[in-house]
Amino acid sequence: MERNITLIALFAALIAALGLVPKFDLASGVPITAQSMGVMLAGTILGARRGALAVLLVLFLVALGLPLLAGGRGGLGVFAGPTVGFLIGWPVAAFVTGWLAGAWRGGAPVLMTAIAAFIGGVIVLYAFGIVGFSLIAGKTLLESTAIMWVFVPGDIVKAVLTGFITEGVLRARPGLARG
Amino acid sequence: MLSLTSDTGTPWHKAPAGAKLLALLVISVLAFWLSTPAQALAFLGLVTALYLPGGAAFLRQGARLLKPVLPFVVIILAWHWFTGAVAAGIVIVARLVALVALANLVTMTTRLQDMLDRVDDALALLRLPVRWRRRLALSVALVIRFTPVLVQKGTALGQAWRARSVRRPGWRLVLPFALVALDDAERVAEALRARSGDL
Repeated sequence: MERNITLIALFAALIAALGLVPKFDLASGVPITAQSMGVMLAGTILGARRGALAVLLVLFLVALGLPLLAGGRGGLGVFAGPTVGFLIGWPVAAFVTGWLAGAWRGGAPVLMTAIAAFIGGVIVLYAFGIVGFSLIAGKTLLESTAIMWVFVPGDIVKAVLTGFITEGVLRARPGLARG
Repeated sequence: MLSLTSDTGTPWHKAPAGAKLLALLVISVLAFWLSTPAQALAFLGLVTALYLPGGAAFLRQGARLLKPVLPFVVIILAWHWFTGAVAAGIVIVARLVALVALANLVTMTTRLQDMLDRVDDALALLRLPVRWRRRLALSVALVIRFTPVLVQKGTALGQAWRARSVRRPGWRLVLPFALVALDDAERVAEALRARSGDL
């Protein structure tokens, strides 16, 4: 039990740190942080349940007022903002990503993990994000999708990288995959 | 660990956290009934007025916290300008900015410990087992302690990369960074097992 708690808490800290360390730009000049990749990695590395709990823990602390989101954002205000759907979708995205990655681990590891991260971290996450934006901003789902579309390419890149990074981590620490 | 709670004292700092949270919840729900630009702008003006007792520095901190919403304000207003429904756009934007500002105000005037205490009260009210509440408290403490540690280790990894390569550090650093966090987790788990009772 201690190990589960520390893995969840330390991964939550990792997700926060990925948004706060300025040098972790994914590609030079492109202002996308590695934080949302941390959400996919939580699922693929810790598994569905622990991954979702790690993400929930981050959101809990953000709601309490800690500036743990990328660029030092935080507080209750982010849950009233237009991107609240993405935040609510985060734990679900981590869960779905982890669940699929665990189920498909037998196949080609990098590819199947990347596909799992794409389904959980892009398709499922954007479903939440787009519904949230349409409710807060008073737009139809189609209009919201049109506005959010610009962020999709960056997140597809993150899903592919999640495949490579997960493979590397599980090869270096094989004990993790067994839970 | 940096917190968003403001050091500038305001009357709101003295108000009980539970009351502030409840008021925020009720107002956030009621705000969706605002339907004309005049109503929405009056609501925004009212929320801005709540910041005034804190003075200029407090107002500036509040404005800084609103910055992430700005791109969306521009997008929504531009959208409504093109579709010719500017009034509806103003209602949406004014309500959005006011609600985010109001939520930020609660965060800025409530200490982390008070928030945690209210959460603990709520969990006790839900009759969650004490063991679960202790685990949550431990997890919260671990994240607060280890986020700055990991930020420091991540920065060191970036510097190590820069010392050895002319290329910018990129996603490749995430792999060793994740390993640092996972290894720390194993060590902390061992230390807890050695020192603590059953969690």
